[in-house]
Amino acid sequence: MDALLLSFRLAACVSAILLLIGLPLAYWLAYWNWRGKFLLEAIVAMPLVLPPTVLGFYVLVALGPHGPIGKITEALFHRGWAFTFTGLVFASVLYSFPFTVQPLIASFEGIDRRLLDASAVLGAGHFRTFANVILPLSVPGIVTAVVLSFAHTLGEFGVVLMVGGNLPGITRTVSIDIYDHVQSMEYAAANRMALLLLLVSFTVLSLVYGVNRKFGRRMWASWATR
Amino acid sequence: MNLALRCVAALLALFVSLPSAAAQDVKIAAAADLKFAMDDLVAQFEKQSETKLDVSYGSSGNFLTQIQNGAPFDIFFSADSNYPKKLEAAGLTEPGTLYEYAIGRIVIWTPPGSGLDPAAAGWKTLLDERVKKIAIANPDHAPYGRAAVAALKNARIYAQIKSKLVYGENISQAAQFVQSGNAQAGIIALSLALSPAMKNGNLWQIPQSAYPPLLQAAVLLKSSKNKDAARKFLDFVKSPAGQETLERYGFTHPIQASDVLSVPGNSAALHR
Repeated sequence: MDALLLSFRLAACVSAILLLIGLPLAYWLAYWNWRGKFLLEAIVAMPLVLPPTVLGFYVLVALGPHGPIGKITEALFHRGWAFTFTGLVFASVLYSFPFTVQPLIASFEGIDRRLLDASAVLGAGHFRTFANVILPLSVPGIVTAVVLSFAHTLGEFGVVLMVGGNLPGITRTVSIDIYDHVQSMEYAAANRMALLLLLVSFTVLSLVYGVNRKFGRRMWASWATR
Repeated sequence: MNLALRCVAALLALFVSLPSAAAQDVKIAAAADLKFAMDDLVAQFEKQSETKLDVSYGSSGNFLTQIQNGAPFDIFFSADSNYPKKLEAAGLTEPGTLYEYAIGRIVIWTPPGSGLDPAAAGWKTLLDERVKKIAIANPDHAPYGRAAVAALKNARIYAQIKSKLVYGENISQAAQFVQSGNAQAGIIALSLALSPAMKNGNLWQIPQSAYPPLLQAAVLLKSSKNKDAARKFLDFVKSPAGQETLERYGFTHPIQASDVLSVPGNSAALHR
């Protein structure tokens, strides 16, 4: 049960941080064009193709005392981030990055350009257009981005295994807990935990998609009748 | 179109034919701590034999589950002799092939340049305030982790350092935690401490009397389609050349049941 709660806490932190980073980045990627943009797009999509072990290995080395991040954390806090909850959040933010940014980009790009032009003609600046036109029209996309990154972090295994150190209550997430049970041949306990995760995940996902569908439609309807 | 179709057909034929070419190879499932010793054994054996060997390294517990579910291995080299015994009890092995090939040893290891010298300080290394994290294998399922905890309890410092412990999924991962500097000390397999990536660190061999012997065993699987070649490799591992190789990589040679008349439950013979 501890492990499940820990996973939820991790997923909540990660999707909140990713939303904060993802919104401006996706806005930039969706509406600005410049020569090297394809490179940044490739970097954003990287965690989709990289095996979690590769990402986990790099993160572990980076967090170590000789790594770039390890040097910073040692200087600031006199400790490394490996085997800590903060370290897991950091690794998971990298790992779930495309799951937030890509739905946001798709959603921003789907907005009718004429609305943005109209907003500009009426004297709204970039920020006002973003807050009053783009964000409200992107609610379904934002919900999708948050849910996907949340769900992806909840099911994360390889990266946590690589940098977590399996500490109960700190880095032993539900996927690691299930793996441990299987390793110890406690199949019944593994099954209980896995089934619980399955049910919880399904419930959360279907709730959010259900609400999103209704909410999304209402958004469009209210805009059309305005 | 015709040409494209032919190309696709040729490619398909290639992919289909590839696995059958490898079907004659002897497939070995080996515990992660054997990595360097086994690579050496395989290289020696392939030099004197026509047979090709494919080795998969991983956690013994994983292999046990996979083999119980029909994984197509010929030989299983386990880090824990109980796993092959489980397979034997389930009738999944060739009778009489279970062989205890080595006893694993554990060491306290610290990275080079850490200023910690376990060879001089022994157990006190782990109490040093510079040591904030100690990496061991997960004692719930990894034999090396169980040995580490038993040794720590034997030295009466387990309660003191428990909060410093971090757990690797297997002994290789525990070694990786300390080798990367994220943990400042680790209790790892001697065989890994002697490996190229770690041999420049500092180590102290924990006395064998501090923990139950890590008896490791291999077994030929009943489902093997290549039993003759697999037997030849097992014989090579048992040979003086094979045993000498294992010892070079930090494994002690156990006294075999065939060497002395062992009494069940009497492990004194193993504490040489």
